[in-house]
Amino acid sequence: MARPARSATAGAAVTALAVAAAACAAPNDDAKSGGTDSAVVGIAYEPDSLSPLLGYGKDGNSKIFDGLLTHDADMKLKPALAAELPKVTDDGRTYTYKLRDGVKFSDGKPFTSKDVVFTYDTILDKKTNNASKAELDAVRDVEAKGDDTVVFHLKYPYAPFAERTVLPIAPQHVAGQQDVNNGRFTTRPIGTGPYKLVKWSKGEKLVFKANPDYWGGAPKIKNFTMAIIKDDDVRATRLRSGDLDGAILPPNLAKTFKADTAKKTYAANSFDYRVVTLPTGNKVAGDTDIRRALDIGVDRKAMVDQILEGAGKAAYGPVPTDSPWFTKGTEREHDLAKAKKLLDQAGWKTGADGIRKKDGVRAAFPLWYLAGDKLRQDHALAYASDAKKLGIDVKVESGTWEVIMPRMPKDAVLAGGGAPADPDFDQYSLLKSSLAGNGFNNMAHYDNKKVDAALEDARRTDDKAKRQAAYDTVQRALVNDPGYTFLTHIDHLYVVDKKFGDLSTQVEPHDHGLASGPWWNVEDWKA
Amino acid sequence: MSRRLPWGPMARLTGRRIAFAVPVLAAVTFGVFAIAAASPFDPVKAYAGTAGLTASQENLDQLRANLGVDQPLFARWWDWLTSAVTGDLGDSAVMRQPVAQVIGERLGWSVLLAATAFLVAVVLGTLLGVLAARRQGGWLDRAVTSLAYTLEAAPPFWLGLLAVWLFALKLGVLPAGGLTDTGSSTITAGQVLSHLALPAGVLAVSQLPWFVLYVRQGVGDALDEDPVRGARARGLAPRTVLFGHALRSGMLPVLTLIGSRVPELITGALLVETVFSWPGIAAATVQAATSVDFPLLAAVTVLATLAVLAGNWAADLLYGIADPRVGFDG
Repeated sequence: MARPARSATAGAAVTALAVAAAACAAPNDDAKSGGTDSAVVGIAYEPDSLSPLLGYGKDGNSKIFDGLLTHDADMKLKPALAAELPKVTDDGRTYTYKLRDGVKFSDGKPFTSKDVVFTYDTILDKKTNNASKAELDAVRDVEAKGDDTVVFHLKYPYAPFAERTVLPIAPQHVAGQQDVNNGRFTTRPIGTGPYKLVKWSKGEKLVFKANPDYWGGAPKIKNFTMAIIKDDDVRATRLRSGDLDGAILPPNLAKTFKADTAKKTYAANSFDYRVVTLPTGNKVAGDTDIRRALDIGVDRKAMVDQILEGAGKAAYGPVPTDSPWFTKGTEREHDLAKAKKLLDQAGWKTGADGIRKKDGVRAAFPLWYLAGDKLRQDHALAYASDAKKLGIDVKVESGTWEVIMPRMPKDAVLAGGGAPADPDFDQYSLLKSSLAGNGFNNMAHYDNKKVDAALEDARRTDDKAKRQAAYDTVQRALVNDPGYTFLTHIDHLYVVDKKFGDLSTQVEPHDHGLASGPWWNVEDWKA
Repeated sequence: MSRRLPWGPMARLTGRRIAFAVPVLAAVTFGVFAIAAASPFDPVKAYAGTAGLTASQENLDQLRANLGVDQPLFARWWDWLTSAVTGDLGDSAVMRQPVAQVIGERLGWSVLLAATAFLVAVVLGTLLGVLAARRQGGWLDRAVTSLAYTLEAAPPFWLGLLAVWLFALKLGVLPAGGLTDTGSSTITAGQVLSHLALPAGVLAVSQLPWFVLYVRQGVGDALDEDPVRGARARGLAPRTVLFGHALRSGMLPVLTLIGSRVPELITGALLVETVFSWPGIAAATVQAATSVDFPLLAAVTVLATLAVLAGNWAADLLYGIADPRVGFDG
C-alpha cells in the first residue's frame, strides 16, 4: 500500500510527541487565558472552499479578503479596495473603479488592477467550477487601465452591478499559478483582508490571526476562531461551558441564555424568507382565486409567534416590511371569512369531505419541504393546517432536492431565500417568466407580463425613484396575482459574551455566511 | 520460540494474497462507482451547495461537464482506475483538494486513534480474560463476562454519546470533541492526548468484549490441559503457570481474532470519529458518500479493503507460525 509519506510522518510525529507529553503537559490555553484579544465563536455552517474564485465571500465581508466595495452596518456600499465608489457612464454600461493606493496582500506582494481582472476573468471562465457565476451575467469584459484603474464593460445596463463588486479579490501571483478548482489556494487562501487564515481543520474549526499590516488598521482582536459545530445542542452546551465566546442558536436554545447575565442575545434582522411556491402548472395551486384565498387565509402572525418564538416578522413578498424598498399598503390582513367568501364566489364549492371542488377538480395539492429542516417542516405543517380551514387539502411531504426538483413545475415547495443587497437579486430570479424552471429560479413558473416589464425597467435605471416605482408595481401585482405565499422573514439569533461590549449586526441574507452575526465586523471590536 | 521461521511458505502465502487482492480491489472499486451512480444523489447539486439554488441551468450543465459526471459509469471508473494505477488519485470534488492530500491530512489521525484503541483493547482484554479464567465461575469471572456481553450489544456511537455526556458534560474532566482545544491553533502532544482519551477509550471498550471472551475461553481450556496440570503438579507458582504456560497456548485463537477484528475496528472508528469530531478519514468518507464524490469514495474504499485484506493475511501468518500443524495453505 502506497501510503502518502506525509500521513506516516504525521502519525509518527504525534506518537513520538505523545510519549514525551507526560513531561511537558504544561497548560497551553493561549487563546482562552483571560484578556479579550481573542474570540472563539461557534457556527453551524462550513464553507466548501475559501477561494473567492469558487464563490467564497461573493456577497462581501469575508475576513481574509476584500472586495472593491464593501457594506457598512446599514448595508450601504462603501469603498474597500477601490478608493471611491465607481463612476457609472455610458447609460449604466460602464463602471470605472479607481483603486486604493499601497494595499498589500498578506504575503507582502502589492495589490494591483491585474489582480482584479484576473479574479473576474477566472470566475467567468467556463473551466472554473463556480456555481454563482450567473450573478456576473451582465459583465462583457473587464479591463485594467494602468495599475490603479479597472473598467467593467457590461452587456446591458444593470443598476445593481456595483453590489456585485463586493466579491473578494484573489492574488494573481498565487492563485494564478495553480489549478483553480483543486489547488492549494482553495484551502490556504491569501488575501488583503483584516485576518489571515492560520489553520482550517475541516469539520472542526477555522483559526484566524489579525493581519498587522491591514490597510484599514490592525484589528484589536488578535486571534479569532470559528468552531464548526453543526449540532445546535452541542453548540449551546459548549457556549455554556465557556468553550465558546459566542454562537448562533435557534430561538428555543437562545431563550435558555436569557437569565445569563454575562451574555447578551442579538437578533439580526434578515431578508431570509420562507415561502410556498404555487406552481402555475398545477390546476389548483395555479388558480388565481385559490392563490389569493391562501394569501389572506394563512395566519402569518401565529407562525412568527409559535414557530419563530417571536424572532421574525410576517412576509408579504421577498422584500421585508421594514426595508425602504417595501411598498406600504401591500400587507395582507389575516381574514379567514374573506378568504372563504372569495372561494365561494369563484365557484369552489365545499364537497362532502369538507374539501372544495370546482369543475370536478378537487382543491388539493402536495407541498414538499427539504427533509430534515425542522423550520421548513413547521412552516409547511402550519400552512397545511391553515389551508384546511379554507377547505383546501394541502398534503405535506418531505424529500431531498433530488426528489423535489423534478416535481417543482406541478407541486408546491416550501422554499427559502433572501439577498439584502439589492431588490433586483431576489425579485428578478423569483418572478421573471423567462427564468421559469431554470435551475431553482422562478420555481413557481410565475408568469405576469406587467411584472416582467417592471423587473426589466428596474434594473436598467439607477434613478432611485424610478426603481422604487417599478418595484411598487411588482409588489402590488403580487397582491392581486400571487404566485407564491410568502410566510415569514426570520431573525437570526446570536448569543455572545458581554466582555466584548455592545456589538451590532448587519441585515443578513438567507445564506449563513461565515461573517454573519455580531462578528461581521470583528476587526472593529475594541479589545 | 527458538525454531526457525518457515520463510518459503510464508512468502508463498503472501504472494497468493497479493495476487488475490488485485481482482478484489478492482471489483470493489467498480462496485463503489456502480452504487454511487445508482444513488439518487446528484453530484452537481452537492458540489454547488446553496449557490446551486440561484445558479442558472447553463451554469449547472457546465459544472456537470467540468466535473466529468456526465460520462457513462464504465468510462468514469476506467478513467479513475488507469490514473490511480499511475499514482494520480484524482481530485476530490467535495473537499476541493487532491484526494492524496485529503488522505494525507487525515489518515495519520485515524491510524493514531485506531492503533491506540486496538492496543488498549488487546492488553486490557488479555488481562481481564486471564483474570476471569483463573477462577471460572467466581465473582470476578461473572462480573467480567456479563460486562463483556453487555458491551458486545452496545453500538460504539451510543457508547460515544454516553461518554461525552458523562465525562465532558457531567464531570467536565475531558473535552467533548476535536483534536485540540477550540481556541488553540497549535497542535501540542498534551492536547492531543487529552482529546484522544475519550474517542480511543470508547473505541477500545467497544472492541474489548471479543478479546476478553476469547482469552478467557482459551486460557480456561489450557488450564485443564495436561501440560499445565503437570506444571502445577511440579509445584510451580500459580502466577508462572497462568502467564507462562496457560496464556501461551490460550492465546492461539486470539491471534486469528486480532486479524479478523480489523473490519469491525474500521466501522467502529468511523462512528467514533463522527461522534467526537475527530479530524480523521471518517468525516471525509461520510461526505464523499453523500455527495457522490467518486474519486474520494473510491480511494477511501480501497484503503479500507486493503486494511481488511492485510488483517486477514496477518492473522493467517500468525496462526501458521504459532501452530505449525495449520500450515500456510489458506
